[in-house]
Amino acid sequence: MTPRRKRLYVVLAILGGVGAAVALATMASRENIMFYFDPSQVIAGKAPPAKRFRIGGMVVKGSVTRASGDLTVHFVLTDFAHEVPVEYTGVLPDLFREGQGIIAHGTLRGDGEFVADQVLAKHDEKYMPPEVAASLKRSAAARPASEGKGLE
Amino acid sequence: MMQAFWAMGGYARYVWPCIGSALATLAWNLWAAQRAYRQALAGARRALAMANP
Amino acid sequence: MWTWFYRLASPPYVYGFVGPAIPWLLAAAACLIGYGLVAGLVFAPPDYQQGDAFRIIYVHAPSAWLSLCAYTTMAVAGAIGLVWRIKIGFAVAAAAAPIGASFTLVALVTGALWGRPMWGTYWAWDPRLTSELILLFLYFGVMSLRRALDDAARGDRAAALLAIVGVVNVPIIHFSVQWWNSLHQGATVMKFGKSQMPGSMLLPLLAMLCGFMIFFVAVLCQRLRAELLMRERLAVWVREAIRT
Repeated sequence: MTPRRKRLYVVLAILGGVGAAVALATMASRENIMFYFDPSQVIAGKAPPAKRFRIGGMVVKGSVTRASGDLTVHFVLTDFAHEVPVEYTGVLPDLFREGQGIIAHGTLRGDGEFVADQVLAKHDEKYMPPEVAASLKRSAAARPASEGKGLE
Repeated sequence: MMQAFWAMGGYARYVWPCIGSALATLAWNLWAAQRAYRQALAGARRALAMANP
Repeated sequence: MWTWFYRLASPPYVYGFVGPAIPWLLAAAACLIGYGLVAGLVFAPPDYQQGDAFRIIYVHAPSAWLSLCAYTTMAVAGAIGLVWRIKIGFAVAAAAAPIGASFTLVALVTGALWGRPMWGTYWAWDPRLTSELILLFLYFGVMSLRRALDDAARGDRAAALLAIVGVVNVPIIHFSVQWWNSLHQGATVMKFGKSQMPGSMLLPLLAMLCGFMIFFVAVLCQRLRAELLMRERLAVWVREAIRT
């Protein structure tokens, strides 16, 4: 291989790498910024019909219902202003539970229910032993405070 | 007791591969650095032998 | 002050200086990592939400940290080589790249194995995950660029240039969880004010972070010795060094 040809390959490889990086970054920002809506925006009709987008919010306590026999689960997502019902069939992440912040991917059905094909659970940067969490919960219950800070 | 430790609360198949891959990479780094050093040493010895046969 | 700096730029001085330090560094790293693993896997309590899966943090976070530190080292050393024409800068940059790349891979693999049970997916096109993947490609690019050019000195300069351009990715990785709505949680340790973890969980993590850092320095020293021997194999000091 002549040196000139080698240099050409190197330049092409770098261009390819930079191109891949830019493509990855745009893909990431598209998934993350463009098609993300919270329940209030969905209720206001800002979400595109029949198009995939992401919805994020907190699972309303007591709203999770499972149909017996299959993996279909229904629950309600809230951003503490508006609520959107969600239907999902599949295995839920271990962190999915009532009161947990989640992100669902899917489309909005005509009747206003969001049909999710993927549910991702988000967790925060706090870690603690179960006993500490339990005692924190007890003291929070003793002193009523605004629970659940703003999601997303 | 021991069994509970290896089970990792049901997350064994996620936790242990993580620990394993990290330890393997630590070991690989030691081995690869040592190999690079040996090769460089051999290369320098060859250069020396060629310079004054 | 400046004589010290110039001595650091002298290959025979550095070669003789780092060699004896390596066993001590490795011993310190082994103690810290050994303590961190035992304390983190056995004695630390499980997390209230993630249970025992949270223990992946004890290898995931140090690997990710190391991947960023190694890249910064590589870029700074490359810049020193470019600006001051100090050859040892290029040698340090060349030594840091494979170490950083290997731990970037570990950070990605352990992150995927942590994400599957907790988030519900191995991979998401999330800012933090994507920027860490780009870091891996940057490492590969820098390493192959150095090897691709026939003239070693030009290869060094080109690789240093790419490393310096790519360093913008480092703050992007670190702050991605704050700047964008990310699936990845925020910083636990690197945060001012109240810690986000009790001591029984935090201490093993800090030990692992320090242990990985010291391990990186030790391996970097050994690889630097190899680079110096190879780059200076015709120099008089190498002949004297390998004779003994």
